[in-house]
Amino acid sequence: MGYTISEKILAEHAGLKHVEPGEIVKAKIDLAMAPDLTAVLAYNAMKEMGVSKVWDPSKVIFLLDHIAPSTNIQNATLHKQCREIAYNEKMKYFYDINAGVCHQVLPEKGHVYPGMLLVGADSHTCTHGAFGAFATGIGSTDMGAVLATGKLWFKVPETIKIEAVGNLQDRVYPKDLILKIAKEIGADGATYSSIEFTGESIKNMSISGRMTLCNMAIEMGGKTGIVETDEITLEYLRNRIIQKPNIFKSDSDAMYSKILKINSDKIVPQVSCPHSVDNVRDITELKSININQIFIGSCTNGRLDDLEVTAEILKNKIISDKVRLHVTPASMGVYKKALEKGLIKILIDAGAVICNPSCGACFGGNNGILAPGEVGLSTSNRNFKGRQGSPEAQVYLCSPATAAASALTGVITDPRVI
Amino acid sequence: MQNSKAWNFGDNVNTDFILPGRYLELTDPKKLAEHAMEGLDPTFSSNVKKGDIIIGGKNFGLGSSREHAPIALKYSGINIIVAESFARIFYRNAFNIGIAAIECQNISHKVKTGDNIEVNLAKGKILVHGEKLSIKPLPEFMLQLLNEGGLVNYIKNHIKEW
Repeated sequence: MGYTISEKILAEHAGLKHVEPGEIVKAKIDLAMAPDLTAVLAYNAMKEMGVSKVWDPSKVIFLLDHIAPSTNIQNATLHKQCREIAYNEKMKYFYDINAGVCHQVLPEKGHVYPGMLLVGADSHTCTHGAFGAFATGIGSTDMGAVLATGKLWFKVPETIKIEAVGNLQDRVYPKDLILKIAKEIGADGATYSSIEFTGESIKNMSISGRMTLCNMAIEMGGKTGIVETDEITLEYLRNRIIQKPNIFKSDSDAMYSKILKINSDKIVPQVSCPHSVDNVRDITELKSININQIFIGSCTNGRLDDLEVTAEILKNKIISDKVRLHVTPASMGVYKKALEKGLIKILIDAGAVICNPSCGACFGGNNGILAPGEVGLSTSNRNFKGRQGSPEAQVYLCSPATAAASALTGVITDPRVI
Repeated sequence: MQNSKAWNFGDNVNTDFILPGRYLELTDPKKLAEHAMEGLDPTFSSNVKKGDIIIGGKNFGLGSSREHAPIALKYSGINIIVAESFARIFYRNAFNIGIAAIECQNISHKVKTGDNIEVNLAKGKILVHGEKLSIKPLPEFMLQLLNEGGLVNYIKNHIKEW
């Protein structure tokens, strides 16, 4: 019997020949990442465990991104504590408020490589499966155990295989594909599972698009999303990583708990409606929905190609006076490239506000909070009630192209007709 | 055995409901508890009593990895949550801090907020309105975590073999 990529990576890190779904194993961690809002809790948990120092300061990264720069004394204090811990622990890598969202910064800076086992104290850590890594989000006490020992227990997940055949049509993007998948699988359809994305659409997809897919595995309850390493992966990683990639492929007779075939050719722009990520409609089904605020950013869709399509749609145009548009590049690297390419000027000329790279409005931390009764349209990953501000606000999720097209009209608009 | 008042919050209770993102900068568990369940019921924190039990439907705790969510519940006096299913990260986080996350079929349709509910973890039974319900047996490791008071104590006790 064969095994999936996820099973093979976990087996290797548990020092076992192979592992079976459902089995509980203890595995060695290659990299532990904790962002500002969870790092201190995790470090305190480590101390409570009676351990005074992190297991390996070269394998622990703290990063300040969720509320950056600080907005009040509480989060300024958290940031101060993170900086002090990183300094005292002599962490080899620490990223301050000038870096960007953790899930963009880690691969950009060469910390993520195929075959690694990566844990992060943030649920969207599954994003890194785009690089053929097994990457999953954990809570602070689990992270405390990792900081203390370099190991963590895992229940080996079953694997769901998504086979995306055909190719996405013009102005339809990986975000539309993953929203369609979320609709099919449901918000709890992949609980405790690894989601392996395969098929022609994935083979032809950029790293950025694969990150968007893996990023939202958690929105179906997934433990991780994962894509097999190929030339596109290796091309992105060239000149970034020091480690030799450890490439795993799923065996042809690997066991999948479910196989979902999706025809990418047929997908139209998708919109996730309030207040649940799997409440997804074809954009053509929606009646005119007025919006107040648009957020383009996050670890889901704040990358260079996302800003490129936004700029392409907004070039030489002015956004509707009924909306405010917040653009938050996912990292300083993305921001710089967007500046060099002239995208930022196009966006500013169109009427956008450019926020500094950070999680920003995604989780209602800063840089664009919704008031009661307002409607937000967002390229991020969650639209739970209250997620981006008032519980009496509504949040819709979409691709950057749909967000940009909607910015021009003030209503949710199909980017294919702009 | 625990005989308690139930709070039923239904399906898909996400971490933004349990502890809204704007409070993530708080680190004092007692302060977090003041905002527990605020996304669904802003009066919860002033009315919940120690030993009360939270009931959920499917996918309890979906969303963020924020441990602030189960911590807020724990310091509100909650040590048992019974739901039809749990999201993965929340489930782990709950056991890690000593909250029992118990799976029981149809529970959210059998219990209303304010009802009396009796949970017997040792026997794997729940008593509601005179009806005995079975709970899904806990994996041995989760039981051990609970018995030792969570992962911090567990690591303290077993660091040599971890």
